[in-house]
Amino acid sequence: MPVMQGAGTINQALRRLPTGPGYLVGLVPAAYWITLAFQNRLGADPVRTLEHELGIIALQFLVAALAVTPLRELTGVSFLRFRRMFGLLAFAYAILHFTTWLVLDRQLDWPRILADLVKRPYIILGMTALLMLIPLAATSFDRAVRWLGGARWRRLHRLAYPATALAAVHFIWLVKTWPLEPLLYAAVVALLLAWRARGAVFSRRRRIRGQRAA
Amino acid sequence: MRRKLGYADVTPKNLYLSRRTLMAGAAGLAAGALLPGGALARIAAEASPYSIDATPTAYEDITSYNNFYEFGVDKGDPKAHAGALTTEPWSVVIDGLVGRPGTYPLEDLVAPARLEERIYRLRCVEGWSMVIPWIGFPLADVLSRAEPGSGARYVAFETLMRPEEMPGQRGFFQPLDWPYVEGLRLDEAMHPLTILATGLYGEELPNQNGAPLRLVVPWKYGFKSIKSIVRITLTADQPPTTWNLQNPREYGFYSNVNPAVDHPRWSQATERVIGGGIFAPRRETELFNGYAEEVGHLYAGMDLTVHY
Ligand code: HEM
Repeated sequence: MPVMQGAGTINQALRRLPTGPGYLVGLVPAAYWITLAFQNRLGADPVRTLEHELGIIALQFLVAALAVTPLRELTGVSFLRFRRMFGLLAFAYAILHFTTWLVLDRQLDWPRILADLVKRPYIILGMTALLMLIPLAATSFDRAVRWLGGARWRRLHRLAYPATALAAVHFIWLVKTWPLEPLLYAAVVALLLAWRARGAVFSRRRRIRGQRAA
Repeated sequence: MRRKLGYADVTPKNLYLSRRTLMAGAAGLAAGALLPGGALARIAAEASPYSIDATPTAYEDITSYNNFYEFGVDKGDPKAHAGALTTEPWSVVIDGLVGRPGTYPLEDLVAPARLEERIYRLRCVEGWSMVIPWIGFPLADVLSRAEPGSGARYVAFETLMRPEEMPGQRGFFQPLDWPYVEGLRLDEAMHPLTILATGLYGEELPNQNGAPLRLVVPWKYGFKSIKSIVRITLTADQPPTTWNLQNPREYGFYSNVNPAVDHPRWSQATERVIGGGIFAPRRETELFNGYAEEVGHLYAGMDLTVHY
């Protein structure tokens, strides 16, 4: 495993950081955007701005969670202790994003909400991503890991990959042209998926080689 | 909601432009940026029976939330970057099937016009709307003066192409093909609701809103109302239009506001109202943006789901 110079020092510093307050820090942007929205300081189209900011942050936390392993393998720097927090914050932001859509954007107009949920591909993708995150959030506690067993827990939590991919496509699907931002996110997510796939292929090869040797 | 149409309603409001104020208005248009203290000229304009009875959206919102991809794809980009656009001198080429083709200086187009205030709702294809008090005059005036030929059936419009001043037209990532082009059927173009705007809120158009001259077709989605026009061409055949070229399945030539014809990716049944804060109720979108009575006949017998 390649190790970047100074990775040890960084890891030592990271180990000293407590995770608990991280949740509060992670929710500061939500508090910030929601406060501005209530003060009507988000410009001409505040609902859309709030919806977008919360959606972007949800996607960023998903990407951060998926980047933990590649980063450790590439540089030796380990955010492993924070991965659960990234995932749960992603879930929190996705819920806030969805709630903004339901309450402020669609204004609880249920017939049209249901129509959108079955008819609009970008909404279906976003909803599927959110639904996939629910079992992950629900089994993010230590007791759930013990209860499921490590292997099953890890298999379940691979859902984070398709969920993030769907969210990235959801982003692309709702824009009118081909602006850079959603494409960049999609490219990063594709790289993370490719890394993961590569890892899977390698470990299978290693396993097979191991079996042959035995 | 709209006031009933009819010439009896066109009561003179003592706002008729005298020749002097008219010239001052036109000069103000050209020289607005040079006025002392940077003050914009107040443009004198008549009230119009075509205005809707709705409270205009705040000036700040109208001038900071724009789709004008020549300056960037974000809503704030036009305001941030359009200041650099030189709008004078400005002229418009009028050509194609007209009796009097030529390059018309902006002043020559605006000076003979009787400027009116038209309060219209602008409905964007993205699903939001705002109410804008435009200052302008009927496009029909300009077209009539150019004398459309008997074979003319469509009007094509073109926006300025000037990458030095329009950052959205430079660089590696181009969202659309430039120059931006739009088109109308001749009867749509001649309709009295269709105007060329030179101002809003009694002031000359800010660059981000399409200065110095833009089209406003209130019963169509906003992207049909092409900005910063440099060419108007009368044609026999339906002209190409930018968004239709970009995605023909999603953006048709007509692009009339219609709550019953959804965008393939989102519903057009309702719209977010700009400027009302986060609890502003959505609006039910109206057929032809509320102008069904005035323009419905233009599309008699047409299947609007086919000609979207
Ligand atoms: C994991 C879940 C989700 C993630 C990560 C996510 C992420 C995003 C992102 C990044 C954007 C674009 C923001 C921008 O343009 O700046 C967005 C927009 C949006 N999302 Fe989601 N989303 C998720 C789930 C959902 C769900 C469940 C819904 C609704 C059912 C939804 C509805 C929307 C809407 C309506 C927009 C804005 C569309 C517009 O511009 O009009 N999203 N989302």
